[in-house]
Amino acid sequence: MSWPHWIVMPIILPLISGAVLLLAARRAPALAARFALAATALLLAISIGLLARADGGSISVYLLGNWQAPFGIALALDRLTALMLVLTATVAMAALIYGCGGDDRRGAHFHALFQFQLMGLNGAFLTADLFNLFVFFEVLLISSYGLLLHGAGAARLRAATHYVSFNLAGSALFLIAVALLYGLTGTLSMADLAVRLSQLPADRTLLAHSAALLLLVVFFVKAALLPLYFWLPATYGAASAPVAALFAIMTKVGIYAVLRVTTLMFGAGAGSLTAVASPWLPALALATIALGAIGVLAAQHLRAQIGCLIVASAGTLLLAVGLARPDTVAAGLVYMVNSTLAAAGLFLLADRIGYARAGAGDALRAAAFDATRTAQAVLFFALAVAAAGVPPLAGFIGKAMLLKAAGTTAWALWVISIVLAGSLLLMVSFARSGSVLFWRPAGASPGAPPGGAQRLVAHHRAHGAALLALCGLLVMCSVYAGPLSRYTAATAQQLFEPRAYIAAVLGARPVAAAIDVRREMREAAKPGDAAK
Amino acid sequence: MMNFLIATGLGTLTAGGIWLMLRARTFDVIIGLTLLGYAVNLFIFFMGRLRVGAAPIMVDGVAPSLANYADPLPQALVLTAIVIGFAMTAVLLVIALRSHADCGSDHVDGADVPAPTAAAPRSRDTP
Repeated sequence: MSWPHWIVMPIILPLISGAVLLLAARRAPALAARFALAATALLLAISIGLLARADGGSISVYLLGNWQAPFGIALALDRLTALMLVLTATVAMAALIYGCGGDDRRGAHFHALFQFQLMGLNGAFLTADLFNLFVFFEVLLISSYGLLLHGAGAARLRAATHYVSFNLAGSALFLIAVALLYGLTGTLSMADLAVRLSQLPADRTLLAHSAALLLLVVFFVKAALLPLYFWLPATYGAASAPVAALFAIMTKVGIYAVLRVTTLMFGAGAGSLTAVASPWLPALALATIALGAIGVLAAQHLRAQIGCLIVASAGTLLLAVGLARPDTVAAGLVYMVNSTLAAAGLFLLADRIGYARAGAGDALRAAAFDATRTAQAVLFFALAVAAAGVPPLAGFIGKAMLLKAAGTTAWALWVISIVLAGSLLLMVSFARSGSVLFWRPAGASPGAPPGGAQRLVAHHRAHGAALLALCGLLVMCSVYAGPLSRYTAATAQQLFEPRAYIAAVLGARPVAAAIDVRREMREAAKPGDAAK
Repeated sequence: MMNFLIATGLGTLTAGGIWLMLRARTFDVIIGLTLLGYAVNLFIFFMGRLRVGAAPIMVDGVAPSLANYADPLPQALVLTAIVIGFAMTAVLLVIALRSHADCGSDHVDGADVPAPTAAAPRSRDTP
């Protein structure tokens, strides 16, 4: 992994494979599916390699176009970025395997859009430039619009209208914040911004505060914090299953951006901007947990229930970020890995349950099941245990670490009571869903034999493989919870010492190129020096 | 005077955009988002400071500092933002048209609003 260009590969690889798939999908759909699977597997391998590289503790910087930061755009790979890359590639792999079981043929260009979405996600995690972050947000959003509409249907169109309008308004706010920060500091590199914001003259702090809070509002739209999450359950509930599973990582982009910005730019060294969000972020995050948990309890459909589960887990993560201590962030990252995998698995399973109960879909009422009932009940039990954070699986470890870390903060009482009450609500709701779906199915609708289901179950193998892979990963996260929590603790430590990141980005030097066009142009402009 | 004019212009564009965005018809929302996009693009441009008669291209014999030239970076940023905003508006237009065709209504929530009758012409002020 010493080749310098590996860092940019998580962006380049999906871009190239997406372009190839755009051309190939019509002519050879079966081949396209295999190609997409191979490309995503390669992406996963590269991400794991980058994780091993980042785990050394050093921050690798890649200068795009060989321009020195802050003048050009830099990509930076630290522990947090590597963790997000691996998590994205893992969820994408499972979603894609599931999608190859028939969902990819329901509309045009599923695989190409999927790859472009991965490109946007990876770019947002890697970039060290604020405007570049905006561009990658737009790349991932525009492909998510396409993916959301994949397979069409009136519910999807309605959800897409809301989702697209809301995100366009969010993008406008993002641009206002970026432009304000540029007007104040004259730079867009996050490392350089961190330096310059700390030296800002006193008469500009009000503007800098406005810019910082606007930026955070945009990230909260993506991360689904309290007043800004109402789009999420409808959108995720309307998307097709593999897309919804991939969207489980989308809220994490917002959380990643909040974490990056609050530790790097508005961290301990930022003068008046230090901890710009901390007075109210934990309160809003706690309210998000409470409302998300109530939504889980009230949901009438399994997919709406999982959408609300994502809101609740986003609240837990933002709580960990908002408490702004290394140990809460480390706990939050452990929880994030588990809740993302569990939510993705639940979305896939909800779709599978819909196939198995032909008439009833994913509605939370008793209906006749086909022969796969037992296997699905076991999978649902495992995933629900992981999602609710109940002991044997590692979701519990993340929550326990968070409670322990929050115990010494001013928010201790609120955090402990609301997180525990939220977990109880999640557990009760999933227990109720499981018993309604799986315990009483036979007698409920005697007139509807499961014969109608048989035409839909053609692609069992891909579906089962994806679900088993996700469950296996959750078990692995629990077995290897020690190494995982050691890694997240090191990640949090690295995040709360932003000087290393700033030094790495601003200290990166362009490599001496074999053909230096810029020097040649300079020398051509000065005829006297041309002899050199 | 120039600052006042530009600030007022931006404020008007933003206010109009937000007002239209809060209406319940997809067409109004799209126009509102476009107006807001214009306001944002102008705002990015003006963040490079207002300069009259200064180009962002270096000339021989004039010292390369921001005192003599306009800041080229916001101009590059605004170009990117215009292209992205254009693409996003196109996507939203397609979705809105398809939604209108499928749901038979240009309400942002689909068809859950009573169809307009001849006696009561369609109210454009539905909240």
